[in-house]
Amino acid sequence: MSKNPEFVKFDKVDKSYDGKVLVVKDLQLDIAEGEFITMLGPSGSGKTTCLMMLAGFETPTHGEILLDGNIISNIPPHKRGIGMVFQNYALFPHMTVYENLAFPLRVRKVEKDEIDKKVDKALSMVSLSGFETRMPAQLSGGQQQRVAVARALVFDPAVVLMDEPLGALDKNLRESMQYEIKHIHESIGVTVVYVTHDQSEALTMSNRIAVFNDGKVQQLSNPAELYEKPVNSFVAEFIGENNTFNGEVVDIDKDKCKVKLANSEILANPISVKSKGEKTTVSLRPERALINPTDKMDNMFTGKIEEVIYHGDHTRVRLNLLGSSEFILKVPNSTSNLELKVSQDIKIGWNSTDARALDPK
Amino acid sequence: MSSETKQILTTDGIPLEVSLKKAEKKNKIKAFLLVAPLLLFLIITYVFPIGEMFSRSIDDKMITNMLPKTFKEMEKWDGQELPPEEVFTAFYYDFKVLVEKQEHGKLGQRLNKEKNGFNSITKKLFRQVKRKKIDESISIKEQIMKVHKRWRTVEYWQAIKRTAPPYTMSKYLKGMDMYYAADGSITQVDEDRRIHRILWLRTLEIAFFVTLFCFLMGYPIAHLLATLPMKYSNLLMICVLLPFWTSLLVRTASWMILLQQQGVVNDFFVMIGLVGDDNRPEMMYNKVGTYVAMTQILLPFMVLPLYSVMKTISPSLMRAGKSLGGTPFVAFWKVYFPLTIPGIGAGCLLVFILAIGYYITPALVGGASGTLISNQIAFHMKQTLDWSFASAMGLMLLSGVLVIYWIYNKLVGVDNIKLG
Repeated sequence: MSKNPEFVKFDKVDKSYDGKVLVVKDLQLDIAEGEFITMLGPSGSGKTTCLMMLAGFETPTHGEILLDGNIISNIPPHKRGIGMVFQNYALFPHMTVYENLAFPLRVRKVEKDEIDKKVDKALSMVSLSGFETRMPAQLSGGQQQRVAVARALVFDPAVVLMDEPLGALDKNLRESMQYEIKHIHESIGVTVVYVTHDQSEALTMSNRIAVFNDGKVQQLSNPAELYEKPVNSFVAEFIGENNTFNGEVVDIDKDKCKVKLANSEILANPISVKSKGEKTTVSLRPERALINPTDKMDNMFTGKIEEVIYHGDHTRVRLNLLGSSEFILKVPNSTSNLELKVSQDIKIGWNSTDARALDPK
Repeated sequence: MSSETKQILTTDGIPLEVSLKKAEKKNKIKAFLLVAPLLLFLIITYVFPIGEMFSRSIDDKMITNMLPKTFKEMEKWDGQELPPEEVFTAFYYDFKVLVEKQEHGKLGQRLNKEKNGFNSITKKLFRQVKRKKIDESISIKEQIMKVHKRWRTVEYWQAIKRTAPPYTMSKYLKGMDMYYAADGSITQVDEDRRIHRILWLRTLEIAFFVTLFCFLMGYPIAHLLATLPMKYSNLLMICVLLPFWTSLLVRTASWMILLQQQGVVNDFFVMIGLVGDDNRPEMMYNKVGTYVAMTQILLPFMVLPLYSVMKTISPSLMRAGKSLGGTPFVAFWKVYFPLTIPGIGAGCLLVFILAIGYYITPALVGGASGTLISNQIAFHMKQTLDWSFASAMGLMLLSGVLVIYWIYNKLVGVDNIKLG
């Protein structure tokens, strides 16, 4: 069975609430069938608006949304057949777990036996069998969350939307739920559109991530690429930690450029800079800079330790380097751990390919 | 291990359990003292008056105290034929005391309520006693029987005997258009005189429809209030509450201005040609007026509980209902509506109970066909001065409300009421 690569399609979608400000600008996004795609971005970036337009609770000001080739912009929410998991679960408090799950089947006039079977299956999928007669208020947050997921899946929708479903859970529960949702997605192959502002959640769960900012998709790629190869400063800043240097390009060739900082020069990988004289922000992941590197690296500098913070599995070191006292290093915790002390001078090196010269901040 | 060895002691050697109890007792006393003024207030203004009302409504001691000797003698009388000489004698001596105290008139009036015709024959007897025409040395029975033929009629003596018990339910029976017949059985009054039953039914009917109208009009308003942005909902809320800040009398009076035959509403109907100028409908001094004015006045009591419940219903529930495939109506009916039931219950109960005892509005705009039971109570309080009957009807109203509350509790459950 061939998968449709444009199962959900946002075609030049604009959205404005007040007619003055566009919260979504010219959105072009294709979602493949069976894909787990995450819309990631800070609050107010337009990601939830996109989800609401897909669910049918908001209409695009301009452009079309297509589901499996059909324009759905004018179809009301209840006819779209899209499952949705809400931020606060939105379980019906006056119905039992069974009735909650049976609701979408009953409105579709499914036979009683069939309903029982499907509810049973959906509950066992989220490992909540035997909870049929409980009321939502009698369940813990994590259990309510799972009921909400089961309810969104029980009527076999083509697409399931999840709007920050794990936002209200504590850290440990959130992590285990992330894996659970990921496994459910893998086992039934439903298309999932997931909205979150938590980048680690996005990286853990998704096939692809669309990073939203200012009503636009900044980058759409798989988690590894997003982290390793951010295409602009916003993405580099938003996903993971990142050391930045602001400067000016003084020399450029195909895969290397020289960036002049306040009182030194570094080599970097030209991503969004094209010519000499351009302003740029160079981004470097903390774990890509090494202490006393044994290999030959084309950026080698000496810095002074300002602060050492023990994090268990790794140690964070803040350095004064190249005129900035905000340079962060992550040193993995191993037996051959270095004696790192404040105000000690150390040698730091990194490869110019890992230092990405992006648009200026 | 015994509990002795495990007992935890405080630093000064007293067992922790004991000192905890001591501390808690202090707190309990403090808490009680804090609510004591209110408790006292409630007892004085609520429990005591209701008790007083109840005792007044069943009190029938007046005659019992006036004719002590008579009733003592009457105990031996079978009540079938005229009483024996002893009863007449006892009655004469009781009556003589009353004449001296000039209380014979009260006796006549009270007995007249029991049976028509007593007033005149007690007056006749009074004149005989006053003039000392009764010779105490010969048969008093014969002499009294000569005063008037009614003193020779057994029904009148039976009527006196009926007033013997110090307590009576007759006021309650009267409230339900019933009375004690001559033989002591409970009988209904003639059909054309059953005015209280009509009033009770009308009160229930008007309260029911006012509640219904309030619900039909209040539900959408409450929903709007709960969903509009704060800026507009505050304004709307003020509009809903505005009637609260205006005197009830003023509001009712303005309804009179609006609804009277030469009033604003009628003028408008004539203007748009809905009715002819010579054929203006009566909208006041009948049920219509009562319905309109009471619905408007009681509307906030429906809107506020509904609003407070609707405010707590997350809008995502309706969205969830729709996204799961329910049409907007199904989502409303299966999801939203059941969640508002506590508010509906509270609002309906409030409005119904307030409407059932409503007084000023029906009195002013109700006319003859729009008055309620409370108007009748007021009538007996102020016009006939039959306070015991007014008390009896007030208590009947109170127990009616309690019954409704009980039924409601069975149907909806009081725990499901949410007032705010």
